[in-house]
Formats: sequence, C-alpha cells, structure tokens
Amino acid sequence: MKITRDQVEHIALLARLEFSEKEIEAFTRQMDNILTYFDKLKEVDTTSVEPTSHAIQVKNVFREDEAKKSIALDLSLKNAPEKEGNCFRVPKIIE
Amino acid sequence: MDLHTLTIHEAHEHLKNRDFSARELTQALLKRIEEVEPKVKAYITLTPEKALNEAEQADKMIASGETTPLTGIPLAIKDVLSTEGITTTCGSKILSNFVPVYDATVVHHLKKAGAITLGKVNMDEFAMGSSTENSAFGPSRNPWDLSTIPGGSSGGSAAAVAADECIASLGTDTGGSIRQPASCCGVVGLKPTYGRVSRFGLIAFGSSLDQVGPLTKDVRDAALLMNVLAGYDPRDSTSVNSEVPDYTAFLKSDLKGITIGVAKEYFIEGIDPEVEKAVKEALQVLQGLGAKIVDISLPHTEYALPVYYLIAPAEASSNLARYDGVKYGFRAGKDENLIAMYKKTRSEGFGAEVKRRIMLGTYALSAGYYDAYYGKASQVRTLIRRDFEKAFKKCDVIVTPTAPTPAFKIGEKADDPLQMYLSDIFTIPVNLAGIAGISIPGGLTRNRLPIGLQVISGPFEEGKVLQTAFAYEQNTEWHVKKPKL
Repeated sequence: MKITRDQVEHIALLARLEFSEKEIEAFTRQMDNILTYFDKLKEVDTTSVEPTSHAIQVKNVFREDEAKKSIALDLSLKNAPEKEGNCFRVPKIIE
Repeated sequence: MDLHTLTIHEAHEHLKNRDFSARELTQALLKRIEEVEPKVKAYITLTPEKALNEAEQADKMIASGETTPLTGIPLAIKDVLSTEGITTTCGSKILSNFVPVYDATVVHHLKKAGAITLGKVNMDEFAMGSSTENSAFGPSRNPWDLSTIPGGSSGGSAAAVAADECIASLGTDTGGSIRQPASCCGVVGLKPTYGRVSRFGLIAFGSSLDQVGPLTKDVRDAALLMNVLAGYDPRDSTSVNSEVPDYTAFLKSDLKGITIGVAKEYFIEGIDPEVEKAVKEALQVLQGLGAKIVDISLPHTEYALPVYYLIAPAEASSNLARYDGVKYGFRAGKDENLIAMYKKTRSEGFGAEVKRRIMLGTYALSAGYYDAYYGKASQVRTLIRRDFEKAFKKCDVIVTPTAPTPAFKIGEKADDPLQMYLSDIFTIPVNLAGIAGISIPGGLTRNRLPIGLQVISGPFEEGKVLQTAFAYEQNTEWHVKKPKL
C-alpha cells in the first residue's frame, strides 16, 4: 500500500475536510491506485534537470507603488455569509 | 433564415447590412434556448433581460456606425469567469450564491466590443473533469447523442455552441478543458499560449496551466474572438506583454511552406480505430494542401498524465484553500469553533472529485512527500517542454487526435477516476508546456459522434495553428455538419 488510512485522515485534517468511514475507505483505495500509477515517474532520469513551475518564463513583475481605486467596503462584504458592521463574522477563535 | 445557426462573421455581415437587429438575433437565440435547453442542459444561469438590454446598446452602436466584429453577437460564458452582478458558481455548491463584484478582464473586453451575454454555461466543478458529470447542477448532454457526455470541463460551452444555443462561447483549459469538449461536440476550441490571454477574474484551478479561450462554429470565429481576448493585462502578473497580431490575417486556404509533425507517441494502443483513421485521413488532406509531413518524437508523452495529476491538484489544493465559508460562498452550520466550521463548509460545499484532488494535492505537497511527488513531476515537466522545443525545430505545427475516443456514455467512467483522466492524454502535454492548441471537427464515427483533430504550435504561434485549421476546414465539410435535436 502506498497510503494508509491514518495518512488519509491526517491529510484530510490538513485540507480541512472531513469524511465518513465509507468515504475514507473509498479515498484510501482510490488514492492508492492513483499514487501507484504515479510510480511511473520513477522510470525517468531527472538528474540535474531544473524543475518547471511556469512554462513561460516570467521574472518578477514590478509596478510603481501607487494607490489605485480598490473595491468599496460594502461591495467587498457583499458576498459574506455572515457580517457585523464592517467585519466578516466567524465563530469564536479565542476562549 | 435560422438566425441561431449563424457564425460570428455571418451574423456580423447581416447586422452591418441591417438585415436584422441585434435584438432580433438575441430573441432568436433565446427562443432556440427555450426549445432545446431542456434536452441539452448547457446553461447554469440564463440572463435574458440583461441580454436584451445589451442588444439594445449594440443596436445603438450599429446605428452610429461604431461596430466591431463582435457587436451584437450573443455569447455564452463558462461559469468559471467572473461576471459582475451575475451569479458565478464554478459548477460548485460552495459558490452557488456567489455574485462577483467585478468582471473578468476577458468579459470586460467582450462587453467593450459590444458582445451580448446570454448566460453562464455548465462545467465540471472548479473545472475538474472531462464530462460535466462533476457539476453540482447536473451534467450537460452532448447534442449529437443525448445519452453521451459533452466532454469537460467546458462541456456547457461546447454543447451550447453545437446546439446553436449561442453564436460562440468562452471556455477555459487547464488540461484539455476547451479542446476535449470541442472534440466531443464537433466544434472548434482554441487553447491559447499560457500568458496570451488574461486570467484576471478567472477563478483559479491550476494557476500555471489555466488559460481562457474561444469555442466556436468555425475557425474564422476563433480568430475573431482571439483578436478581442488576447493581450497584456497589468492585473495578471503572468500575462505576457507581446504584440497581438490580427489573427484573421493567418486564414489562408493553402499550406504551402508549412511543415506538420506527426508524433508516434500519439498513436498508441487504446486509441479508437475510427479516431486513428480520421486523423490519418486528415493528414492526407493537409498534405494535399501543400503541407510537408515529417515524423517527430515526443518521448516523454507517456509521463504527461502522472505529471499533470500531481501538479494540477497541488496547485488546486492551495487555490481552493480560500473557500472557507468566511468571505464569500456557502457556509455550513453554526459551529462552536472555527476549524469545525471550515471542515463542515468545505466537506458539504465541495463534490467528490474536487475533494479527491484537494486530498491528492495536499498529499503531494506535504512534508516528506514533496520531493518524491511534486518536485519530481516539476522536473519531468521540464523534459516534456523540451520535447516540444526540439520538435518545433523540425516542424511548424504538430497534428494529433484531440482525444483517444469519441464522447462516452454518461455514467460510464464516473466510478473510475483514472479511466476518466485518460480522456485528456493528448491535450495535457500542451498545458504542461504552456503552448497553443486547437481542436477542430475532423470526422464523424459510424454512430455519428464527432471526432476532433488537434493542431499544436509553439508558444505565441496561434497564427500557424489557425492557418492549418482554417485550410483543413475550408477543404472539408465536417464543421458544417449539425446534430439533429
């Protein structure tokens, strides 16, 4: 096995997802299949090959540090599931 | 005249000659949608009133003589592109109530040109899939056979064009999501070079792979839309500041001086014999038009699929971390603490395939596995890119099948993610290398399902892709064939 049930549960926590018992089982099996398929990459010799993170090479892009018009406060809060005053409202974080 | 069947360039001529108004054209499309949409289910959101208002504006532009080739042309927009004031769901429950407060740059360009938006079209959730079966709003149907998939993720965009429910549409392509549905539905779909078209306002899936592009009824329409979509955008730091040519200038009916590469790695076991036959016949047509055919090799092709299914989910797992139920979208339950709220929101808001890819990506990026998975994939990606660089020293374009098979049945591959991923085996390398590719109609199977022909070029060589595609199209009849609905 490439991946265990415990690992799947740990990754779920990292990804902020939760699953039923049945789903964990299915995910473990499917991820195991997919990860086994990925083993194919081990055949390729990549000694001293630079990784590509962007296909078209762009260097850092800078612009002048000028203040420009941004989205108005009421618009930026428009899609919030819960808000209070000018803030996004979330469950209590600090006891 | 059936107005809904017109192409952009045909409709434009009629609008200019005042044969009908933009309002009449829009009404004809809305009527067509009313008739066939219950069968095809291409749209998630329809905006008929907005469309008619925009048509009125377009008619004013036409009256004052300020027309562009897109003025008064009714289009459909994939629901992954932000549209101010129009719900943009990404095919997901988690964004089912999301109303963007600004337009994507491409939408802004279309509006400025006077184009009309009919509505937002269906897609696999967050553009992850090859069939639209992963949409939270149910699958779209292939107009050629309603029991088959329209392809994906831009399946709604392709089905809407094939069913004449819009004149043309916009899609996005991360691993084949414009070209594979174009192939399934028998329409034209172009994925431009990475950086050619702005991604601002495109809801991100795989940021190093995503590109916006047109789905159209013919190649001239794809060129016309590219004239409006392409260009530098200071709001997208990966957009490339290079000159945009007039893409219609490349539309010539012969291929003298063009060398076409054929890679043996694209004619593999598992390819449908009817697809293989169609592509080989197409190569003869292209040769007859003056193109020189040469053999090339892209030796790392077989690794493209595992590379993609590591890199795209890795990027997605980080891009989709923003859906936490705080700033926009769906939130689940009233919870005692923040982490529990995040988990509930995300678990109820995302569908199975999106969760699978977030899990895969999180794993590939996690401590202890990064080098073995994401790192290795990024290195093999370099080798795939170099394969193309080497190949394009010997040829101008490469011709391949777009997909190994025609459209499959709805439900056929739903339980086997790996089988589903194989649908994109011929389109994915193009995204990994950041280059341009088009799918054009290249045949029909015995069961009357479309077969797509892919033409690939080096970066910023969309002109050569369009030239090859146009010459083929002008000398074949496939693009004028229509499904019976």
